[in-house]
Amino acid sequence: MAAVEKIIENRIDDKTTDSKALKWVGTRAPRPDGVDKVTGRAKFGADTHLPNMLIGKVLRSPHAHARILSIDPSAALALPGVKAVVTRDDFPDQPAGAVQPAGEMIINYRDMTRNIMAREKALYEGHAVAAVAAVSDRVAGQALTLIKVDYEVLPHVIDVDEAMGADAPLIQEDLITEGMDPAPEKPSNIAKRVEFGHGDIETGFSQAQVVIEREFKTRPVHQGYIEPHACLASFSEDGQADLWCSTQGHYVARGHCATLLGMDVSKLRVTSSEIGGGFGGKTVVYLEPVALALSRKACQPVKMVMTRDEVFRASGPACGTSMQVRIGATREGKITAGDATLKFQAGAFAGSPVPAAAMCAFAPYDLEHVRSVGYDVLVNRPKVAAYRAPGAPLGEYAVESVIDELAKALELDPIEFRLLNAVREGVDSSYGPKFGPIGCIQTLEAARDHDHYQTPLGSGQGRGVATGYWFNIGGQTSATLNLSEDGSVALVVGTPDIGGSRASLAMMTAETLGIELDKVRPLVGDTSALGYNMLTGGSRVTFAGGIAVVGAAEDLIRQLCERAALTWDLPLDDVEWIEGEARPANGRAGSEAPMSMAEIAKDMAKSGGPIVGRHSTNAQGAGPSFGTHVVDVDVDRETGRVSVTRYTVVQDAGKAIHPGYVEGQYQGGAVQGIGWALNEEYIYDEKGKIENAGFLDYRVPVCSDVPMIDTVIVEVPNPEHPYGVRGVGETPIVPPLAAISNAVENALGIRFTELPMSPPRVLAAIEQAG
Amino acid sequence: MARNHVTTTINGDPVEFLCDTEQTLLDVLRDELHLTGSKEGCASGDCGACSVTMDGRLVCACLVLAVETQGAEVETIEGMADGDRLHPLQQKFLDHAALQCGVCTPGFLVAAKSLLERNPDPTESEVRYWLAGNLCRCTGYDKIVRAVLDTAAEMRE
Amino acid sequence: MRYEVPETVDAAVALLAAANGSARILAGGTDLLVQLRAGLVEPDVVVDIKKISQTRQVTAQDGGFRVGAAVTGAELDEHPDLKKNWPGVVEAAELIGSTQVQGRATMGGNLCNASPAADSVPALIAAAATCQIAGPDGERTVPVESICTGPGKTILGTGEFVVSLILPARPPHSGDAYLRFIPRTEMDIAVVGVGVSLTLDGAGQCIAARVGLGAVAATALLVTEAADALVGTAVDEGAVEKMQQAVRAACRPIDDKRGTIAYRTQVSGVLAGRACRIALERAGEH
Repeated sequence: MAAVEKIIENRIDDKTTDSKALKWVGTRAPRPDGVDKVTGRAKFGADTHLPNMLIGKVLRSPHAHARILSIDPSAALALPGVKAVVTRDDFPDQPAGAVQPAGEMIINYRDMTRNIMAREKALYEGHAVAAVAAVSDRVAGQALTLIKVDYEVLPHVIDVDEAMGADAPLIQEDLITEGMDPAPEKPSNIAKRVEFGHGDIETGFSQAQVVIEREFKTRPVHQGYIEPHACLASFSEDGQADLWCSTQGHYVARGHCATLLGMDVSKLRVTSSEIGGGFGGKTVVYLEPVALALSRKACQPVKMVMTRDEVFRASGPACGTSMQVRIGATREGKITAGDATLKFQAGAFAGSPVPAAAMCAFAPYDLEHVRSVGYDVLVNRPKVAAYRAPGAPLGEYAVESVIDELAKALELDPIEFRLLNAVREGVDSSYGPKFGPIGCIQTLEAARDHDHYQTPLGSGQGRGVATGYWFNIGGQTSATLNLSEDGSVALVVGTPDIGGSRASLAMMTAETLGIELDKVRPLVGDTSALGYNMLTGGSRVTFAGGIAVVGAAEDLIRQLCERAALTWDLPLDDVEWIEGEARPANGRAGSEAPMSMAEIAKDMAKSGGPIVGRHSTNAQGAGPSFGTHVVDVDVDRETGRVSVTRYTVVQDAGKAIHPGYVEGQYQGGAVQGIGWALNEEYIYDEKGKIENAGFLDYRVPVCSDVPMIDTVIVEVPNPEHPYGVRGVGETPIVPPLAAISNAVENALGIRFTELPMSPPRVLAAIEQAG
Repeated sequence: MARNHVTTTINGDPVEFLCDTEQTLLDVLRDELHLTGSKEGCASGDCGACSVTMDGRLVCACLVLAVETQGAEVETIEGMADGDRLHPLQQKFLDHAALQCGVCTPGFLVAAKSLLERNPDPTESEVRYWLAGNLCRCTGYDKIVRAVLDTAAEMRE
Repeated sequence: MRYEVPETVDAAVALLAAANGSARILAGGTDLLVQLRAGLVEPDVVVDIKKISQTRQVTAQDGGFRVGAAVTGAELDEHPDLKKNWPGVVEAAELIGSTQVQGRATMGGNLCNASPAADSVPALIAAAATCQIAGPDGERTVPVESICTGPGKTILGTGEFVVSLILPARPPHSGDAYLRFIPRTEMDIAVVGVGVSLTLDGAGQCIAARVGLGAVAATALLVTEAADALVGTAVDEGAVEKMQQAVRAACRPIDDKRGTIAYRTQVSGVLAGRACRIALERAGEH
C-alpha cells in the first residue's frame, strides 16, 4: 500500500515538474466513444425503441398564468388507441419544505411536482397540464385535442422589475420572502434575499476618487442544446421500473422520479443515453416522471420526446435580470469598494442562481469593502434550470462593464487595471473563503502578453477584455475497475459523458495503472451498476471522477500487488507497481520476473478470485477557475450589426488531461457567450406567450457568425487532485458578455447596459448618440 | 386512408416501406427503418442534424416527405464509412476533437462530405457558410471547420 | 392526406381543381412541411409538381429565361448563363435558407408562400419578372408584383398554379443586385430586403430602373418613386440619396420579433443605397 501511495505521489511530482513523464495525461488521445458518434451508431435519448412501445405526449397550458378549474380526459380516453392519461391527480403532493441540494441548484419537491404537472394553477405558457400515451404519435396528438381543461386566466408578469412591484400579480399567493429581517408580513414574488461581502461599503466609497454606477438589464435565454429532452419508461406490474433518458445525472433523475412517483428508489433503474448537450438544462426532470406515470398506468413502455417548440416553452431557460453595480477606485487605480444588487428571474418557482451570481460577481478582485445583494424573483416563466456557471455570466457582465468604464476613466489599460486589483493565493474572496492556489493573475498576464492583445486594431474596430470566475464543484462519485481475465479492464463510471469524459477518465486510469490506454474500456453504468453519483455538472467530472478513477486504480494496484506478493511469497511491502507491472522491491529487487496485469489476471482464480478496484468519494477541494477573454469586433454603423472578428480565451485548467477537449470547452463557452451578448433572447407577447420558440428566431450563433476561437490553457495545478485538475467547462461562458460589450464600447464610444446587443438596439443607440 | 408504398434506395440498398403522406423522410428513417443516426433537433430545417443527401443533393430529411423518395437514392450517415474504413472526414473529426456531445456530428459530416464533393479546396469562409445550416452548441465550430479544411487538404494530396 | 404526383400541367390543374381548395402544392416543401408539422395547414391532398418537366427546367426564351417554378436554389446557382445575366435574382434565391434548404427551396414556392419577407421576390420584381400561371381556364401571364395580395394570400384561383417565372432579356449596360438584412449571417428571415435593377445608356445616364422592397409591408413592393429618383441621373450620390428617401417613404412595416418599424425603415434605405451601387457597378461591366 505504501509503495502504491509513493508511486502516485511521484506521479504528481512528475506532473508539476516535468509533464513529459506522463504517458497519457496531457495527450490528445482517441476518444473511446468517438467512432460511434461519427458513424451514427451512438444512441441518444430518442434513439431507443422497445416492443409494444407507446408514444406519450403532453398537453400544455396556452396561458401564462391561469387557475385550472377542471380537467376532463374522458373523450381522450374513449379514443381508440389511447392507453393512459395522467394529470395532477396521478402524482402525490409533496410536503412543504422538502428541499435538497442537487448540483448547483436546490431541489424543492413540492415545487418540482407542480413543475412537471400543473396542480392548482398553470404558471407559464407551456406548463404541462395532462399527458397521454397512445399507440402512435398521431393518435396521441389527436387525444390531446380531446382533453377538456377549464382555465380561469389570471394576470401574469414576466419582467423581473415588474414582478417585484407592489401591485404585481402573485405567482404563489403565500410566498413570504426569505432572508429579510424582519420578515415581511405580506406575500410577494420575491422568494429570497441573499447578501455576501465584507468590510463597510460606505467607508470604501468615501476613499474613492472615481465612482461609477450603472444599471443593467438582460433578457432571458435558453441553453439551446441540440438534442430535445427524450426518455423511454417501462414500468412492470410488480412495481419495478426502467427508465432510459438523456440526462446529466441518471442517479439524480432516479431520485427525483422515485420521489415524485412515491416509489422505492432502488426499484427504479435509470440508464443514461448518450446526451446531446445539456449545459445545465438536463440536470432536472420534465418528461421522465410523466413517462413513468403513463407507463405505470398503461403497463406498456412509453416513449416521450419533446419538440423543439416544447424545449423552448417548457424546459431549461436561464434568467433575465435587472442589476445595479457601483464601483469606486482611487486615482492610482486601486478599487476601494464594490456594490452590486442583482435581481434574477427564478421562473414560476423559487431557485434562481442569484446566490452564485452574487458570490462570483466580484470574485476576481481583492476588495476590502464589498457587498453583493441578490433577489430571487418569481415570474410566469418555466422554473430556470442551470446554464453553464449558473448566474455568473450575468453578475460579471455588470461588474466587468463597470470595471472597463473605470479603467477608461482612470486612463489605465483594462488588463493592467485588473492586475492592480486581482486576487491571488491567500486573499479572502469577496464572498468569504480564502483562496488557495489560483490562476487569476496568470490568465490576465497571459492575455496581456498574447499576440492578440498586442496586435493593433483595424480602423473602426473595438477591443474588449473581461475576466470571469467560477467555483467548480466536487461531490459524490463512484468508479469501478473490473479486471478481465486477459488483463484488460472495464472502467465503469456513473457520470453521463457530455463532452469527452470517458476519454479523460480512461486516460487518468491508464496513467495511474501504467498500462496502454486501449486496455481500458470506459463505460457509463446504469444506476444499479455503482454506488451513488452526483450529476455531470459544476465542471466536476474530470475533477471528482478523476479522484474516483485514480482511487479505483490505486485499489486495483494494491490488489494486484497482493496477488504478486502471494505468488512470490513476499511481504506486500516488498512488491511495487511500476509501468503496469508488479516487481519485487527493496532488497528483493530483481529476484523474480515482473508480473504484468495480464499474467496476474490469467491466474486470478488461483490467487483469490476476481479482482475489482473500487473507489467511492464525496470529492472535496475543487479548484476554482479564472478566465480572461479578449475580443475584437466590427460594427456596421449603418445597420447596427456587430461582428466578432477575433477572439481569444485564456483560462486556468489546473491541468488539461485532454487538451483538445479542454480547448473545445473554452471555444464552445465563448461562442455561447457571443450568442448571449449579441442575439439570443426570449421574446414575449403581451399575453406572456413566447414568440420565438424555435431555432429560426431564437438565434444561436451559426458557423458563419464566428471566427476561429484562439485558446491559451494556463495550468496552475489544483493540489487537491492527483493530476492537478480544476474544472474547465463553465468558466468559459462567464467573461464573453462583458468582453463583447466592452469591445462594442471601444468601437463606438457607446456603453451598452442592455443585452442582447441586437442590431435594432445598437442602431438605435448609434442614432441617439448622433 | 391507404398508406403510400415507396420503393427507394438507401445507402445503396433497395428499401421498401409504407408511409402516411405526412410522414417525413426523417420520421421513416428513424421510426420505421431504425436508422437513428439522422437526428431530429428541430423538425423545421433550422438545425441540420438530420442532413442526408437525396439524389446527390444535400437536404434536411425533416423537410422531405418520405413519399417523395420513391425511386430516389438516399445517403445517410450510416452509409458514410466504407466497411470498417472510416471516411476521411470521420477520422479527422476524431483527430481534431471536432465533436463534444456528438448529436450534431452526423449532420455536419454528411454536409461536409457534400461540400468536399463539390469543392475540394474550400476557403474557411466557404466552409463556414456551407455549414451555416448545421447548428452546434458545444464546440463553437472552430474544431469542426479545422477538421473539414484538414480533410480537404489531405484528400487533395 | 393523399399524395399526388402528376406528370403534366393539365393533370396537375385537374387535381387541384377537383380538390376545390383543399389541396396544397408541393414544390421544394421547405415552407409546406413546416406548416404541416405545426398544424397550420391540413390539406386533403398534396400535389407534388416536381415531376412536371416544365417546372424543373431553365430554358432560354426571347433573350431572357424561363425558369421552372420548381427549380431549386442550388440548381439556379449551377446555371452560369442565368447567373451572368441576373446575378441579383440568383443571389436572392440563394439567400433562402441553408445549404440544405437550397437543395429543395424554389423561387415558385418562395413567391407563392406569399411571405412579405421572401428573399427572391424583391429581386424578381426589380428584374421585371413575370409568372406563367396554368389553370382550368388556360394560361395567363402576370407580373410578379401582382401575385401576392397579403401575408399568405395570392391571386391564384382554384386549380391554378405557377408553372414558371419569366426573366426578360438583359438590356445592354444594365445590372441588378439584391441585399437583405438579417441579425445573423445566415439562417434568418429577412428583416429588410431590397432588389435594384438599373439600365444605363452609353453615356452612363440611367434610362430605366426598378426597385423591389421586401419585409417592410404586407407584400413585397415595387417602389416606382425610388426608380424615378434614379432615371435621368448618372446615379450620383444625390440621386441615390433621393432614391433612399423614396424607399423609406414607401415602407409600411410592423414592429415584430424580427425588427421594429424604425429599424426596418432606416435600414431599407441603407440597403437600397448599397444594392444600387452594386447594380451600378454591374451595369458598367455589362
